[in-house]
Amino acid sequence: MVKRFGEFAAVDDVTFDVPTGSFFSILGPSGCGKTTLLRMIAGFDEPTSGTIEIRGQNMLGVPPNKRPVNLVFQHLALFPMMDVAENIAFGLKRRGIAASEARKRVDTMLERVGLPGYGEKRIEQLSGGQKQRVAIARCLVLEPSVLLLDEPLGALDLKLREQMKVELKKLQAKVGTTFIYITHDQSEALVMSDRVAVMNKGRFEQVGTPQELYGAPSTPFVAKFVGENNTWKAAVTKSDSGGVELKTDEGYSFIAKANADCREGSRMDLFLRPEAMRIEPRDRAGLNVFDVTVKSILFDGANSRLLTTTREDHELLVTLPQNRRFDHIVPGDEISVGWHPDSGICFEAEE
Amino acid sequence: MQRSRLVFWIFCAPVLCWLFLLIVLPHLDLLRMSFRGENDYGDMVWTFRNYKTFFTEPIYWLTFVRTALYAVITTFITFLLAMPVSFYIAKLARARIQGALVILLLLPFWVSELVRIYGWMILLRESGVLNFFMLKLGIVDTPIEMLYNDATMIMGLVYTSMLFMVVPLVSVMESLDDSLIEAAHDLGAGQFTIWRTIILPHCKPGITSGSIVVFMLTLGNYLTPNLMGGKNSLWFTEQIYNQFIASFNWNQGSAFGFLLLLLSSFIIWLGLRLTRQKLDEVAS
Ligand SMILES: Nc1ncnc2c1ncn2[C@@H]1O[C@H](COP(=O)(O)OP(=O)(O)OP(=O)(O)O)[C@@H](O)[C@H]1O
Ligand SMILES: [Mg+2]
Repeated sequence: MVKRFGEFAAVDDVTFDVPTGSFFSILGPSGCGKTTLLRMIAGFDEPTSGTIEIRGQNMLGVPPNKRPVNLVFQHLALFPMMDVAENIAFGLKRRGIAASEARKRVDTMLERVGLPGYGEKRIEQLSGGQKQRVAIARCLVLEPSVLLLDEPLGALDLKLREQMKVELKKLQAKVGTTFIYITHDQSEALVMSDRVAVMNKGRFEQVGTPQELYGAPSTPFVAKFVGENNTWKAAVTKSDSGGVELKTDEGYSFIAKANADCREGSRMDLFLRPEAMRIEPRDRAGLNVFDVTVKSILFDGANSRLLTTTREDHELLVTLPQNRRFDHIVPGDEISVGWHPDSGICFEAEE
Repeated sequence: MQRSRLVFWIFCAPVLCWLFLLIVLPHLDLLRMSFRGENDYGDMVWTFRNYKTFFTEPIYWLTFVRTALYAVITTFITFLLAMPVSFYIAKLARARIQGALVILLLLPFWVSELVRIYGWMILLRESGVLNFFMLKLGIVDTPIEMLYNDATMIMGLVYTSMLFMVVPLVSVMESLDDSLIEAAHDLGAGQFTIWRTIILPHCKPGITSGSIVVFMLTLGNYLTPNLMGGKNSLWFTEQIYNQFIASFNWNQGSAFGFLLLLLSSFIIWLGLRLTRQKLDEVAS
């Protein structure tokens, strides 16, 4: 699929399949073309070229009101002139379903999203999370083949977002509808999805399970965007089948896993996850070990990290395991850290 | 505290003076006059006769009914025409064109109503521009008189009222979130249903305030019905004019003036009741 606005390609040659009944996320920074992609699936925009098929049927030229997909809007777009029940019944009425039958289905749906008895309420009387669920219920009641969600959690506060993440995942498993979910928040994508596509500047960088994206990113962008990473700039000094030897700009020598574009002499970006770094490793054999100074402790429960610098002022994040072994560390301490060659990922440096 | 009160009164004084001297005082005098009349001996006395005349002489109340009816029709036609125009300006036109379109709507109001109507008359009269071209093109054999009938008069009134309906409608439509329209479309609604269930309910306050203004302006219009309407299509304002100027019966004229005020307020109250709205909701 391609979509151009004038010269500018908002969605640039994107191809993907979503298995029926799965939770598929599209993850990308703001302005990368996610909404544009979704609007083409929903039918509000026609692609400049390419096709869209839903259950084997070509959707080109089919208007939004005739497609078996429904969209939960970025800002929900609930109808303020109607109450909750009327909002949910809106689509059913358009299909000519009898009022009594529609009532029954609305009540079932409200129950399913955890809002029984809310039918009479007005939209402005609902909390953020409740509006959220009404917007989803309004689409699900039509039993679409695909439900599209455009950053529906964006407007919620952090606590509620965490809660809704889990609820959405449960809801999807319960109703079994195919979800295509858009977000710029990587944790939303990783927690909820069966598969995630990482999008950048109108292109898909990588499509895979959350584990694949996190553990084996295939492009530097994915490595930087999904989860946290420390970066080093380095040059390849030796390369063989067993691994590569890298010399960083600061002068450290590291061994890392080999990959296709590791030719001798080429420039590399080396990515290291904070949790790949072990503090004061007991068994140093085969590890890349060096010394750092602790600048500060970023305490965040199970997700606590140390902000450290090397002697050359290169900043590194190091995961701080919460087994109380390292409670003695205070800012200013000098510690040694080590990482296993398999956990470093390197790519040819971008210009 | 004391000081700010003083400032308040200084700023309000001109407005209050203006309201009192130019609006309240003359109306009080008109009200007094409307209850005065000559008795059989030619003396001025207090009387309800001026008001009674309105209800007992069919020519007067029939004129009023006709005027009110035509004002309602004019308001409705204006609304029908203004709806798509406003929608285009508020939603479809690009930002740069939007301002130009509103100015185009305003432009006719830079010339006086009288001049505008004479413009129409030049276009429409028997020896007018339109007839000239229709004769040239062979569409008609003899010139037709397009002025001095009710249809032309209503067209003139609609033309005059258009702006007062479009402006409030544009402002309510601008506050309508586009994604509501798209959401309705996505949930299976067609064009017509979207207008009926989303756009119209959202625009209700704008429709009401626009309609009230247009209705009042049309009801109180004098020039257009007088110049474009036929000889036998009397407008109520002409009755008032006749009483004051032709018959020198200021007492009768004032009574008619107050009846116009009361009856039109009553019609608006009725309209609000029928559509279950409150005036303060509309004003906000
Ligand atoms: N109608 C349009 N005309 C021209 N350019 C557009 C149009 N719609 C979107 N764009 C451009 O396409 C790009 C992608 O926009 P899109 O709305 O898809 O981003 P997004 O990924 O949804 O971002 P966000 O996360 O902020 O919602 C943007 O650079 C935007 O400027
Ligand atoms: Mg978006």
